[in-house]
Amino acid sequence: MSSTFDQVATIIAETCDIPRDTITPESHAIDDLGIDSLDFLDIAFAIDKAFGIKLPLEKWTQEVNDGKATTEQYFVLKNLCARIDELVAAKNAGT
Amino acid sequence: MRLEYFQLIDRIVDLNLGAKTITVEAQVPAHNTIFEGHFPGYPIMPGVLLIESMAQTSGWLLSALLKFERMPFLAAVKEAKMRGFVAPGELLTIDASMVYEGSGYAITDAKIKVGGKLRSNSTLTFSHVPFPNEELRGHMDAVAKRIGFPQQAISND
Repeated sequence: MSSTFDQVATIIAETCDIPRDTITPESHAIDDLGIDSLDFLDIAFAIDKAFGIKLPLEKWTQEVNDGKATTEQYFVLKNLCARIDELVAAKNAGT
Repeated sequence: MRLEYFQLIDRIVDLNLGAKTITVEAQVPAHNTIFEGHFPGYPIMPGVLLIESMAQTSGWLLSALLKFERMPFLAAVKEAKMRGFVAPGELLTIDASMVYEGSGYAITDAKIKVGGKLRSNSTLTFSHVPFPNEELRGHMDAVAKRIGFPQQAISND
């Protein structure tokens, strides 16, 4: 079974036509990979489907806009994958 | 259709919040300056307006599901097929259904039929945000009333 990062990187590569080998856990989806908000909707949809979760994009965006979080916390891929793992764990725990 | 105002939907025929579907009707005008240019001697409804009519249909569905607390905006046209010409004077029946509800966005499927035959279909993505101002909210309320939006559908729960 592939890791969360491998799955997410593959989704990003296929959705945004970005070479897979340029995507690393340290990549910032916006600053490094140049993914804009519209493309990120496609990625979010694919992640939601792949993991059976719903990424709380609105909540994250609001937190960033309010200065309560940085984009790095959600959009650096290793951090994004950690958030995904948390959401999957919460779903499996029935919370 | 009020083409000059880009208000393409005439009436809501059915709205099912449980199934997350909507059916509307839109009467293509028999005469309009658009048809003088598109095309001279062979007037047909522009494909982009068919897409817009499917977007507006989906928009009413999303507005209902969002209880008119947020405004959906067309964000992406995933796929749109013009399967047959639509002529001046034809009555469009447009169906839309929810495909996926994400966080701050939604995806719908929509179809246009004329006389029961499919003329166009598309998959559309919308982002939705709180109404940016009261003027737009008031406008949407007025249009909803004009096209027969069933207010009771969103006020019973």
